[in-house]
Amino acid sequence: MWSFIHKLGSPKWFYRISAKLQPWFWVAAAGLIVVGTVWGLLFAPADYQQGNSFRIIYVHVPAAFLAQSIFVSMAVAGLVFMVWKIKVADMAAAVMAPLGAAMTFVSLFSGAVWGVPTWGTWWMWDARLTSMLILLFLYLGVIALRGAFTSRDSASRAASVLAMVGVINIPIIKYSVDWWYTLHQPATFTITSRPAMPMDMWLPLLMMVLGFYSFFIALTLMRTRNEILRRESNKRWVRELVEEAK
Amino acid sequence: MAFDSFAAFIAMGGHAPYVWSSWVITLLLILGLVWHARFERRQLVESLKRRARRERARQQQGEQATVYPVDQGESS
Repeated sequence: MWSFIHKLGSPKWFYRISAKLQPWFWVAAAGLIVVGTVWGLLFAPADYQQGNSFRIIYVHVPAAFLAQSIFVSMAVAGLVFMVWKIKVADMAAAVMAPLGAAMTFVSLFSGAVWGVPTWGTWWMWDARLTSMLILLFLYLGVIALRGAFTSRDSASRAASVLAMVGVINIPIIKYSVDWWYTLHQPATFTITSRPAMPMDMWLPLLMMVLGFYSFFIALTLMRTRNEILRRESNKRWVRELVEEAK
Repeated sequence: MAFDSFAAFIAMGGHAPYVWSSWVITLLLILGLVWHARFERRQLVESLKRRARRERARQQQGEQATVYPVDQGESS
């Protein structure tokens, strides 16, 4: 177990193993998202109350899931970096931030657009909406903080600390709909309980959620590999790799 | 199929602007992120290769520079 973690922490080993894993996640992401899109847009029945505007759920919910999961992953990676000084964890955290910010933006945007026909307003200072907006600012803060230092090590540590402190916002987002029941409805999609919607609506949503998660893993692997090449460009194994690829 | 015609699909029962703007923004962002990661990789690999070529060239020049005077000495 420990030797596995140490190997995973070695950029060279990570670079090799991620090359093998990556294609599977790309294939899964593309397959699930394409099928989920066609099913969700064309074949899922219209909602009896919301009509066709409910089809926004297929991008809104997966994006909101990722927005939160990516922040937690970033905080865990930050902790691993701070405690064990594993550089790969910091590289992964660095490349996760922009994707997380993008997903937070997507969930806020699609939520606002969905709110117009459904709630009659695109924005309200509802607890869920406000805590998601704070999440977006936290992501932007992490990205800005990383860019604000000339020393890479200081930048990495500052970004890790902000991610670890900011993660307190995640349970607030999760439970906001139960603690302050105002505008946003409680969770409609859970794995643990029986779905509250017909299978024809729920299965494409499940596919989109899994597809988005696969996309997150695939993109993080790919960009962590890029980050390894950038930061380790002077190491012998990278030079040998370039010679071989010539 | 939840729609009778292609026009009905596009119209989304009057909700077209909401549904399509959400979907288009999401899919464009995803494709943009993929494109960016690929572009980043291509650029990195290119610059690493360029550096390797440069170093090899310099090495060869260096070898010639030290070897050349000896050759000259022998020929003259």
